[in-house]
Amino acid sequence: MARILPLADAVTELVHDGDQVACEGFTHLIPFAAGHEIIRQEKKNLTLVRMTPDLIYDQMIGMGVASKIVFSWGGNPGVGSLHRLRDAIERQWPSSLAVEELSHAGMVQAYMAGAAGLPFGILRGFTGTDLPKVNARIKSITCPFTGESLAAIPAIRPDVAVIHAQKADRLGNVLIWGIIGVQKEAVLASKRALVTVEEIVDRLEPPPNACVLPSWVVSAVCLAPGGAYPSYAQGYYDRDNRFYQLWDKVSRSREEFLHWMKINVLAPSGPVNFREKFSNLERVA
Amino acid sequence: MDHSADEIMTVSAARMLRNGAVCFVGIGLPSKAANLARLTHAPDLVLIYESGPIGAKPSVLPLSIGDGELCTTADTTVSTAEIFTFWLQGGKIDVGFLGAAQIDRFANINTTVIGDYDRPTVRLPGAGGAPEIAGSAGEVFIVLRQTQKTFVDRLDFVTSVGHGEGGDYRKRIGLLGGGPAAVITDLGILRPHPTSKELTLTNIHPGVAIDQVRAMTGWSLSFSSNLEITPAPTSEELAVLRDLEQRTATAHGVTAV
Repeated sequence: MARILPLADAVTELVHDGDQVACEGFTHLIPFAAGHEIIRQEKKNLTLVRMTPDLIYDQMIGMGVASKIVFSWGGNPGVGSLHRLRDAIERQWPSSLAVEELSHAGMVQAYMAGAAGLPFGILRGFTGTDLPKVNARIKSITCPFTGESLAAIPAIRPDVAVIHAQKADRLGNVLIWGIIGVQKEAVLASKRALVTVEEIVDRLEPPPNACVLPSWVVSAVCLAPGGAYPSYAQGYYDRDNRFYQLWDKVSRSREEFLHWMKINVLAPSGPVNFREKFSNLERVA
Repeated sequence: MDHSADEIMTVSAARMLRNGAVCFVGIGLPSKAANLARLTHAPDLVLIYESGPIGAKPSVLPLSIGDGELCTTADTTVSTAEIFTFWLQGGKIDVGFLGAAQIDRFANINTTVIGDYDRPTVRLPGAGGAPEIAGSAGEVFIVLRQTQKTFVDRLDFVTSVGHGEGGDYRKRIGLLGGGPAAVITDLGILRPHPTSKELTLTNIHPGVAIDQVRAMTGWSLSFSSNLEITPAPTSEELAVLRDLEQRTATAHGVTAV
């Protein structure tokens, strides 16, 4: 059964130095509040797994929590580069970052294999590309029935999955809708799961076939209204595209980045609405 | 009506899409062209985005691949795992529509690194959905601006395969999709030669000089013997495109690429 915990307590308990951590959410429902708490607690040597690192991993990498990244597309969507990710790979700042790179199709198969309890995922992919030359974990396997050569990717089994969802009930059952990405796969593939939510309600009342993560596959549910900002939570608030533009400017220099993180993330946050806090700061910026 | 180089690129790319086709759309230029097609000659074009929306009909261009409007206007939204596994790999996609950072003479694409992989000069975003879109879609259209930096003799990294080393390369290595059928740029349209599969300039946009295309290509470019001039965008195409861009700018506070 999931426990309803304050976010800081849940991160302390569930995320440990050296863990493989998958903060998922495909453009939608990116767990920013939880990522910021991981930064505040100065976790170290994390392997960060995520299809699209987005601003949250840019921030976490720039603040030095990671020693390795597993990903498939590392840009600022619709804007350009992730400058902190690039600085880590190109110039080893703030430290060197090991890279394990896949395609989206490869990553979803690896997550599905993790969730399915299989040793590897299988796909018709990577044929003719240079990715297997730089990622030794992309291998090929021959179909025993047709003889076709297919790609094999080892299962992703994170120590902890971190996701944001729209709502949970007081028992810790979680309802998630809209662009649901690979959150369900990531949670089911992981040893532990931390879920932040927009609201905790008495009755979830999901329609049949809705994407529900039952309380017993979730370790902790944390109330974090606005916790996906500047990404979005369908039904609650829109993606703040202007923030993604602003981040391009903030993240270009190490000094401006560190200054921004110090003021906006490291400073004690208190029980504020995450989105309101950042929206206000953005207007000042 | 006068048009810009970017506008004729987008209009030419949109014209490639037949009404009713099922199109797996990359973000940016491909998404803009695909939505222009949907709003002009191809109202029944089915747009699929890798974030999960199937049959998306956005009124403004998405800034990200997973904007909420893609989901709320779609016929259905499935998980990212399902999109790649059932819909793309399962062979349901007629057209893959991609952008690129760099392309070579066989329409292979690099979106990974400039320079050495382990010590890159420029780290690009990486593969995303492109390798399997390029491999599995029925055919592939690629849209990008043509410069010496983008049209290169040799790619530093092959992220997504076009026609590989040319000829029957795709068949030999077992790719099921047909591969790139056209590359649409701000200067013209290139198509693979029927047998060698080397990109050949088949259309040149009005007002563009052949020497200009040659100068913006990093290899010795072949020209079709019956090189055609691209028909200029119609006033309707331009009006719909500009309207779409204006709505997008208002919605996002920026001009989506």
